Amino acid sequence: MITKEPVITVKNMVKKFGSFVANDNLSFEVYKGEIFGFLGANGAGKTTAIRILCGLSSPTSGQMNVAGFDVYRQTEKIKQNIGYMSQKFSLYEDLTVYENIRFYGGVYGMNIADRKARTTEMLDRLELTAYKNRKIGDLPLGWKQKLAFSIAILHNPKIVFLDEPTGGVDPITRRQFWNLIYEAVEKGITVFVTTHYMDEAEYCDRVSIMADGRIVALDTPEKLKEQYNAANMDEVFLKIAR
Amino acid sequence: MSRFLAFLRKEFYHIFRDPRTRIILFGIPIAQLMLFGYVMTNEVRNVKVAIVDHSKDDLSKRLSQQLLSSGFFQLAAIPSSESDYESLFRSGKVKEIVVFEPDFAINLIKEGKANIQVLADASEPNAAQLTVNYTTAIVNNFVKNELMKNQVLPGINIKVRMLFNENMRDAYNFIPGLIAVILMLISAMMTAITIAREKEMGTMEILLASPLKPIQIILGKVVPYMILSIVSALVVLALGMLVFNVPVIGSFALLLAEILLYIFLALTLGILISTFVDSQLTAMAISGFVLMLPSILLSGFIFPVKNMPIPLQIVANLMPPRWFIEINRTVMLKGGGLNEIWPNTLVLMGMSALFIFISIRKFKIRLQ
Repeated sequence: MITKEPVITVKNMVKKFGSFVANDNLSFEVYKGEIFGFLGANGAGKTTAIRILCGLSSPTSGQMNVAGFDVYRQTEKIKQNIGYMSQKFSLYEDLTVYENIRFYGGVYGMNIADRKARTTEMLDRLELTAYKNRKIGDLPLGWKQKLAFSIAILHNPKIVFLDEPTGGVDPITRRQFWNLIYEAVEKGITVFVTTHYMDEAEYCDRVSIMADGRIVALDTPEKLKEQYNAANMDEVFLKIAR
Repeated sequence: MSRFLAFLRKEFYHIFRDPRTRIILFGIPIAQLMLFGYVMTNEVRNVKVAIVDHSKDDLSKRLSQQLLSSGFFQLAAIPSSESDYESLFRSGKVKEIVVFEPDFAINLIKEGKANIQVLADASEPNAAQLTVNYTTAIVNNFVKNELMKNQVLPGINIKVRMLFNENMRDAYNFIPGLIAVILMLISAMMTAITIAREKEMGTMEILLASPLKPIQIILGKVVPYMILSIVSALVVLALGMLVFNVPVIGSFALLLAEILLYIFLALTLGILISTFVDSQLTAMAISGFVLMLPSILLSGFIFPVKNMPIPLQIVANLMPPRWFIEINRTVMLKGGGLNEIWPNTLVLMGMSALFIFISIRKFKIRLQ
C-alpha cells in the first residue's frame, strides 16, 4: 500500500570523484511501501547513488534522509534498518544455505527464536527446506538469487536496496524473483531497485531515469509512456537517452 | 558481541572448508620444518668415502678406523686402482676419497712426515669444504693424540669454542628463523587473502552495508588467524625444543610477548596488503613475492645481513623478519633480555603503527 509518506528524502545530492561529477544535484523522494525503479545506462551514476544511501560512500553535498535517519550522522542506524543486495552475488559459496542464513541473521543482531521462525518460513516459501544443508555453490544461480534476496530482507528492514538483482538470470526466474519482491512489499517493505531490463521497469510503481549523473525523468511508468508517446518503457528509455 | 561471534563462526567455516587454506595453514609449516630439519642440512653426517690404503700398516689402519668411527663418514667403496676414482665421483657413489701413500707409517716415524691425499667432489663446494675440514680435523687430532702423547712440541694451540651453539647445530639457526617465516605466512598472507576474497566475491559490500562496524569486520577477519598463528608458533617452538633440542635460555615470557608482537605486525601487514588488492590471486602473489622470498632470503635467516651489499642491507632492514629473527636468536640462544632487544622491539612496534596508519587512510579514501 503506497502512502505519500517519504522513507527516503534526497535533496540536492552531489557526489564528485575529483573533477568527475557522478551524481549531479539529485533530488527525489521514495514513498513508504512503493517499488521505486532507478534506471539508467551503465555509468549513469545509479550505483554511486545507491551506495551513498546505504552508507557505503559519503556524499560531497546535499541533504539525505533514509528510513528517518540522516546519511551523514546516523549511518549505523540506517544500516540496521535497510537490506542491501549488490550486483555481485553475495552469499558465501562454501557455506550451506542454513549457515548463510544464520550468519546474516547474526550480523543483523536478530534474536535466535525470531531468526529460526523466519528461517523456517522462508525456506518453506522458497521450497528450499530439503536443501538447507547444501552448500550454496551447489545450487543453480536462480535459486541463489532468490535466496540472497530473502536473506537481504530476513531482518525485516524498512527499505531494501537492490542493485541490478536479476543480472544473468533467465526470464522465468526473473518473474519468480519479482513475485518475491511483491510479497516483500505486501509486508510493508519499501523496495529501491536498479535494473537494466525495461520490462522490469513496468513492474515498478514509480521510475526515475538517470543520464550523465542527473535525473532526467521521474514518474509512474504509465505517465512516462504517455508523456513520451511510447508503447513501452523500452521506447521511453531510448527516447530519453537520445 | 553476538554479531561478532556470528562473524567468527563463519570465518572458521571458511578456514576449515577451503583446501587451499588448509594446505597453507598446516601443510606448509610441517613441510618447512621437515625441509629445514632433515633435508637442507649443512651438517656433515654419513658422508660416503672411499679409502685407498697403499701402506696397510698399523698406523694407516688405525687412522682409517678413526675416520670411519667418527660418525661423519661411511665407507662406500674400496677402489682398486686410480682409474676408478673418477667414475666413483661421477656416479656419486662417494663424495670423498682418502689416499694413504705407501710406507705411511715408516715415513712418519723416520722422517717425521707422511702424506695423505684427500680428494673431494667440489661440484658441491660447500659440502666439499665441510667434508675436507672434518677430515683434516680428525687427522690432526689423531696425530696429536696418538703420536705426540708424550712429547712437548713448541707451537700455538688454538682452542675454539663456538659460543651459544657449541655443537654448531643447524636447528639453532633454523628454528628461530622458521618461526618468523611461518608466522609471516599464516598471519600476513592468509589475512591478505581472506580479505581479498570478500572483496572479490562481492560480500565485502554486503558486510559494509550491514550494521557491522568496519573495525568488527577487520577484527573478525584477523582474530581467527591470530589464534591459528599463536598455535602454530607454539607448535614450531615445541617441536624445536623437543625434537631438535633448541634451548630457550632467556625468558620464555619475553619470547612469547615478542612472538605476539610479531604476529600483530604480520596481521597489520596482511591488512595493508588487502587494501591494495582486489583478488585472492593478486593477494597471494604479492604476499609470496613481497613477503615470503625476502623473509627467507633477506632476513638473515640463511644469509647474514651484515655480509650483504649495502643496497640489499637497506632492503633487508625493511623486512620485519630481519628484526624478529634477531630477537629470537638473542632470547633463545644467548639468553638476552629486553636490554639487548629493545631496539628491535621498537622497530617492530613502529612498523605495526605505520601499517595501521596507512591502512586506515586507504580505507577512508575508499569510502569517500
